[in-house]
Amino acid sequence: MDDVRSSPPVRPGPAVRTGAAVVCDGLVVRYGDRVAVDGLSFSAQTGTVTALLGPNGAGKTSTIETLEGYRRPSAGTVSVLGLDPVADHAALVPRLGVMLQQGGVYPSLTPRQVLRLFAAYYDDPEEPEALLERVGIAQVAATPSRRLSGGERQRLSLALALVGKPSVVFLDEPTAGVDPEGRLAVRDVVRHLRDTGVCVLLTTHELTEAERLADRVVIIAKGRTLAEGTPADLTARVADGAVRFTAPTGIDTTSLSGTLGNGAVVREAEPGSYVVTPAEGTSVPTTVAALTGWLAEAGLAMGDLRTTRSLEEAYLAITGTGSSGDDDGAATRSDDGAGPGNRPRRRRAASQRGA
Amino acid sequence: MRALAAQVRAELTMLVTNGESLFLTAGIPVLFLLFFSTVHVLPTGTRHPVDFLVPGILALAVMSSSLVALSIGTGFERGYGVLKRLGTTPLGRPRLLAAKIVTVVVVELVQAVVVVAVGYGLGWHPGGVGGGGGAVGIGAAVGAMVLGSLGFGGIALVLAGRLKALVNLAVSNSLFVVLLLVGGMLVPLSKLPGWLAGVARVLPASALADALHRALGTHLAVTAGDWAVLAAWAVAAPLGAALLFRWE
Repeated sequence: MDDVRSSPPVRPGPAVRTGAAVVCDGLVVRYGDRVAVDGLSFSAQTGTVTALLGPNGAGKTSTIETLEGYRRPSAGTVSVLGLDPVADHAALVPRLGVMLQQGGVYPSLTPRQVLRLFAAYYDDPEEPEALLERVGIAQVAATPSRRLSGGERQRLSLALALVGKPSVVFLDEPTAGVDPEGRLAVRDVVRHLRDTGVCVLLTTHELTEAERLADRVVIIAKGRTLAEGTPADLTARVADGAVRFTAPTGIDTTSLSGTLGNGAVVREAEPGSYVVTPAEGTSVPTTVAALTGWLAEAGLAMGDLRTTRSLEEAYLAITGTGSSGDDDGAATRSDDGAGPGNRPRRRRAASQRGA
Repeated sequence: MRALAAQVRAELTMLVTNGESLFLTAGIPVLFLLFFSTVHVLPTGTRHPVDFLVPGILALAVMSSSLVALSIGTGFERGYGVLKRLGTTPLGRPRLLAAKIVTVVVVELVQAVVVVAVGYGLGWHPGGVGGGGGAVGIGAAVGAMVLGSLGFGGIALVLAGRLKALVNLAVSNSLFVVLLLVGGMLVPLSKLPGWLAGVARVLPASALADALHRALGTHLAVTAGDWAVLAAWAVAAPLGAALLFRWE
């Protein structure tokens, strides 16, 4: 697995990396006794889309709002474009684009009115009409915001984040409540931002969004970083060289493993869902060829066929929330890879609960 | 400057396109003025009710825009997260506050023009019979309205900055009705029970109404007591708002 991890990422990285636009170093955010962020560290580069991925309550919004200057760190430091979000607020805000998790738009103004208003705050704003087109809400430009659908309102919030031609954009759950068509529009906009050298930091609890949008993913839970890397890095952590496929339930796994060569193991992890661990020294393509040959011979249908793991599987393994069965082996393996700091702590917590 | 102008334009657009705030700031004052100067049910104590009503309705108009409309509007902006969102734009809090002040001033000017025009149409004689208002009276009236607006505006922002939007809506509207009844705007304080008049006298509403009655109606100088109450609220309420206001 170390080989996989040290190999160059499959996903092409951004062409320009002129430095960290956002740095979060040992950030702690407390609300009274409750610790929302517990020593979080990561950085986000110029011309890169970084996703903070984690379950609800992981500390994503607290982190992003600290970076936006809405709250001071209880401990640790944050900087955005080399500036302190609170102390250098006035210097920083003209270069920031912010999309709050919800709200933030005058309900009685239309998208056109509110975009023109926000445009007037900035020295060199985007053209409001072009922006309405870009986020795909031109057809509702004259409808009061309160009458927009949830997805349209999200896209208006996104447009408002972009109107000042920002260098750093913070998007808190940008696709929450957005329909599939809207998601495509949001993805296009985010990619365009990255391609023009903007640092985009977004939060999401949806793995598919992180996988599709982000160049780098920071997985956080309970206010701590669990893992950080490109989606390819993270999926490589749980790579186990196995081939997974679906077929009718109850196929003859003994016969199949015999065909696949000495030492190959085939098990039915769930009904109709099979995991093949190839024989020593047998390549994945060879295994796949033998597998499909055997299925064809036996006249059996085949559903999915996968030789990689999804970010979802990586995420579940890394956050330790993975199900049993199919993921057992992978989960154990990835824990070693995810860093020694995480799993033992979790085990301790679990044993304390048990005691 | 461009940002401030755009913000004022947006604030005015929202007031004018919002039916409730339009009714509150324009409808109610004009309606009350027309109704009570035609239907003589109020114990105004003047020969023509309109002579008592115009200064009182001016006070009412000031209260409707600087207290109620400002409070409800700001409360909902806070509730909807608009104020929070504005915090990460270059507009900045000072300019947002400036825009709100300019907006209130513009609305009050329009209200004053409308109320005075309707008042003249109904046969109002400034300064009572044979009076003429006079520069001193008008100056005192403007001064009282400015101080009253500061006091009301401060109260509005305390309410809007602390209460949930819907609670604030109810509280602001209730406050409007109570101050309208006990603020000497429609009913002279002398007609209230003594204890109630005593309480009312230290409120900005009655101080403003009394100051306007004196400045525009009776040719009597505005009392030191009125000035003191208006000035105290004009300082204390905005100070309270500065200390208590929460943006989220």
